[in-house]
Amino acid sequence: MSVTLSPRGASAEITDFDAAASCFAIDGLSLAYDGRPALRDLTLAIPRHAVTAFIGPSGCGKSTLLRALNRLHDLDDTVGRAGRIRLEGQDIHAPDVDVAELRRRVGMVFQTPNPFPMSIYDNVAFGLRLQGIKRKRTLDEVIEWALVSAALWDEVKDQLHTSAWRLSGGQQQRLVIARTLAVQPEVLLLDEPASALDPISTLKIEELIRSLKSRLTLVLVTHNMQQAARVSDYTAFLHDGELVEYGATDSLFTNPRLARTENYITGRMS
Amino acid sequence: MDITSDTHSQHISNQFNQELEELKTHLMAMGGLVEKQVQDAIAALLDSDSRLAERVTDNDRAVNDMQLKIDEECTRVLARRQPAASDLRLVLAVIRATSDLERIGDEASKIARNALSLAESGLTARGFVEVRHISEHVRKMVRDALTAFARFDTELALKVVQEDDAVDSEYSTAMRSLVTFMMEDPRSITSILSVMWILRALERIGDHADNLAEYVIYLVKGLDIRHSDVESLDDETLKRKG
Repeated sequence: MSVTLSPRGASAEITDFDAAASCFAIDGLSLAYDGRPALRDLTLAIPRHAVTAFIGPSGCGKSTLLRALNRLHDLDDTVGRAGRIRLEGQDIHAPDVDVAELRRRVGMVFQTPNPFPMSIYDNVAFGLRLQGIKRKRTLDEVIEWALVSAALWDEVKDQLHTSAWRLSGGQQQRLVIARTLAVQPEVLLLDEPASALDPISTLKIEELIRSLKSRLTLVLVTHNMQQAARVSDYTAFLHDGELVEYGATDSLFTNPRLARTENYITGRMS
Repeated sequence: MDITSDTHSQHISNQFNQELEELKTHLMAMGGLVEKQVQDAIAALLDSDSRLAERVTDNDRAVNDMQLKIDEECTRVLARRQPAASDLRLVLAVIRATSDLERIGDEASKIARNALSLAESGLTARGFVEVRHISEHVRKMVRDALTAFARFDTELALKVVQEDDAVDSEYSTAMRSLVTFMMEDPRSITSILSVMWILRALERIGDHADNLAEYVIYLVKGLDIRHSDVESLDDETLKRKG
């Protein structure tokens, strides 16, 4: 699948054309917790059907930015926001936007796998049942499709009705991804999805991320720079709430434009 | 972004600084040895010094050993540190440079072997003027390329790249006049063929020096100018692109 738009850096403006050609168009986004700024005037476009990684030191704002993309900050009264985020051209903060529907379209996977205390089958069926889908045949079909898509089907097809907690950490994380995929999202946000996993499970998750991009847009936050280099098409480097450099992963990891990026990715003192 | 020669000593990990520093030091040591090999091979030819020629061929093993050692160090850095950006470019540049230095060493040995056979045959060959001239030119190219590497000096590196065309045209001219000598005096064919091999080796040394200079530009600017049109490159272009 081709990428329709190359990413824009902090200085560029997002035109309506860019917004139409990209999955997310973020325009002058600032965010503060209790008046303390966490994101400062970020402007960037996230291309469709590609993996975009946010990297940067702890506290740089990368997880804050990720959470802003499906309005997870709505749950926190202390968060103040300025600027605009458009998903497929539509402002996600517009009054007529249904937040539950937004979060269906923009799924999220967290650092620690969080399967619900129920069977593997019921975990994946959860979102579908919330949508009112009760027909067993439909559920069976979608659940198999989601588990196959999450590369977990072969490992669990004979134990669909056992507790999800019996699965290993890596399997639980893929189950969570299957649960998110079951409701047919357009975007998958991944916040350090493999940091609690062993190297083999990590590779399986990375392989899964790559295989999903033909169907979805993926946005990944990671502390592991090699991981960003391995799986992402575009990388954004954030520091102190600012977008420092944003570009194709291939060039950012071999020849970054700015000294601050170079210092961070090569482990130098800045 | 451009980097400088002390960029690689600013990591949080001192051990990593040291490893990269050692790569550069060992590469320079190898460069010094190779430069001396070329100088000795030419001296052996011009002075008909068979003992010196033998020493050059013996020393080639030391050059090869250095290549293996530095390549092993590079492999270790790649495996253990997974370097990125300018660190990655340094390791790649060093790996490529050792290969060109090793080949310069091979060419020096070739010159020494031909010098030896000329000295043993007792023949005085035509073409020594051309050899002296081109050898001075390519030795300067090798020296400048190594200096550019040590100082991360892209301006000097670009000069080396541009010099290579001059060497190539000097080589063609020298070859044409040697062919004329052979036609005029068929008895000289054996000795002139040896001189031709030597000129060919010198021309190849120039090509390898050119490669070394290109790696400096890649290392500092992140620009791969191999297969680029040299005429179109000047320092301003490099500044803009870098």
